[in-house]
Amino acid sequence: MAMVNRSKGEKVFDAFNLIFIMVFSLIILYPLLYVVLASFSNPAELYKNPLLFWPQGFNVESYKLVFENPDIWIGFRNSFIYTFVGTFINILMTVLAAYPLSRRDFFGRGIFTFLFTFTMFFSGGLIPMYLVNSSLGLVGSMWALVLPGAISVFNMIIMRTYFQTRIPRELEESAFMDGCNDIKLLIKIVLPLSAPIIAVMVLFYGVGHWNNYFDALIYLSDRNQFPLQLFLREILVKEEMENMLQSASDTGYADRMLAKEGVKYAVVVVSALPLLILYPLLSKFFEKGILVGSIKG
Amino acid sequence: MKRLKKSAGLYLILLLPVLYFGIWHYWPMYGVQIAFKDFLPGLGIWGSPWVGFEHFERFFNAYYFERLIRNTLAISFYGLVVGVPLPIILALMLNEMRSKKLRNVVQTISYAPHFISVVVIVGMLLFFISPTSGVVNGVIEMFGGQSVDFLADPDNFWHLFTWSGIWQSIGWSSLIYTAAMAGVPPEQYEAAYIDGAGKFRRIWHITLPGIRPTIVILAILAVGGVMSVGFEKVLLMQIGSNLETSEVISTYMYKSGILNAQYSFSAAVGLFNNIINFILLIVVNQIARKVGETSLW
Repeated sequence: MAMVNRSKGEKVFDAFNLIFIMVFSLIILYPLLYVVLASFSNPAELYKNPLLFWPQGFNVESYKLVFENPDIWIGFRNSFIYTFVGTFINILMTVLAAYPLSRRDFFGRGIFTFLFTFTMFFSGGLIPMYLVNSSLGLVGSMWALVLPGAISVFNMIIMRTYFQTRIPRELEESAFMDGCNDIKLLIKIVLPLSAPIIAVMVLFYGVGHWNNYFDALIYLSDRNQFPLQLFLREILVKEEMENMLQSASDTGYADRMLAKEGVKYAVVVVSALPLLILYPLLSKFFEKGILVGSIKG
Repeated sequence: MKRLKKSAGLYLILLLPVLYFGIWHYWPMYGVQIAFKDFLPGLGIWGSPWVGFEHFERFFNAYYFERLIRNTLAISFYGLVVGVPLPIILALMLNEMRSKKLRNVVQTISYAPHFISVVVIVGMLLFFISPTSGVVNGVIEMFGGQSVDFLADPDNFWHLFTWSGIWQSIGWSSLIYTAAMAGVPPEQYEAAYIDGAGKFRRIWHITLPGIRPTIVILAILAVGGVMSVGFEKVLLMQIGSNLETSEVISTYMYKSGILNAQYSFSAAVGLFNNIINFILLIVVNQIARKVGETSLW
């Protein structure tokens, strides 16, 4: 917008706007920063002086305790597996559902669209879902974490809209002329043109799997199968970390309480590490994804 | 018939998704009938005896019924009242920022918490408000005050729950409005500017009407979810001393169903919950259709 002269009122407005935005950014950022600073701090000094702008005495003891804990490694391994397998299933199934619904010449398109989207608004609920998974023998298996949520209807609609608006119809028609069938068309022409939306979906679904704790809480009981989030729940929320502090058990009770505090901060940082590394790279995709999603289908 | 045959390939593609929706969405809907039965695993869903509305009556007459409804509604409406307008206000403020670069930085910071798992969010909240080691109480004590156990006091639960949720989601929620604002034609602003409209009038008469469809759609969806408050987070934040304000229908359903295996009773509670949600959604959608031109269907 070309506004050469800003009036006095507008300058005041802009200044206040900027101040509010800066305060807001600080409110979002400070807790995140605090956790990182606290994780490197000496718990005893942190206890005395809790307001941090710089680590209170530098120490990596808390990180050592976190990395020495076998639970964390088990959790990381399982979370990686569940995220990888789960996201793969998500993408496959979402594409398979979204593509036929995007084709205007698909006979029965309206009925299937209704049947699929209806599940967004009404569901059997937790208990009937549990009973279904239990009759399928999925309780106690990782499949209970990756199959029931194979398709998010919301994501399916976003993908359908993408297919409808970004894949030129003429391309499909000419492929048919050349004797291409629907399946070939999907694999050879539509998918290669859909890399951006698939990338976005990988991120949406992937973050969902990585962060999920509730399904694991319901369906898993063997600690060797627990994802990272369940161990985090024990450490952060229920404060169960006695086995983690055994190596520090020769020290007194007070020291162990302090070590506990340090471990909590360090474990948050460690658990966020994969995302922290990827975040600058991913943020562009996330924004693009929500832009695609906001185009109404 | 000819069209059906032409779509054969698409049906093949849709086979797996249809199976998926059948098993994990419509089978649980079929299973909902156990809410009206005394479900015995040996007899199966079909074979278990009907008991009519017995489970519903037991739920409605229970002494905790009122408390569950009150907490569910209070937490939800609190979330709606601050959770719907605040992201819009943030988006408006970001939209008015003069430096595009700075705006992108602020935006990227603002939605970072969206990707943190709910377990870690609750963990962080607990760090900050901990009566023994939290920074909030640390600061209170620094100024000579008394340390407060925020989580244990039932009066605080709704505030803690809602505002930690705002902290996590405001940036992400505002993204979609920012995207919608980018779609408002700049000529309109220029015309208004020439007509002498100030900043606030331009926001009120151009930006807000421009994003009205987005606001309406998101508000309808939010109301449709009123009864299913962020239940995974409630579950994590619950402790014995705050149950009075923290127990909601869905956490209660989880406890009676999954933990105590009262499948039929819990399914009845869940069904009640889903029906209210469904009715709310339809009513709000209908109102939106009458009042404005935007609605979900």
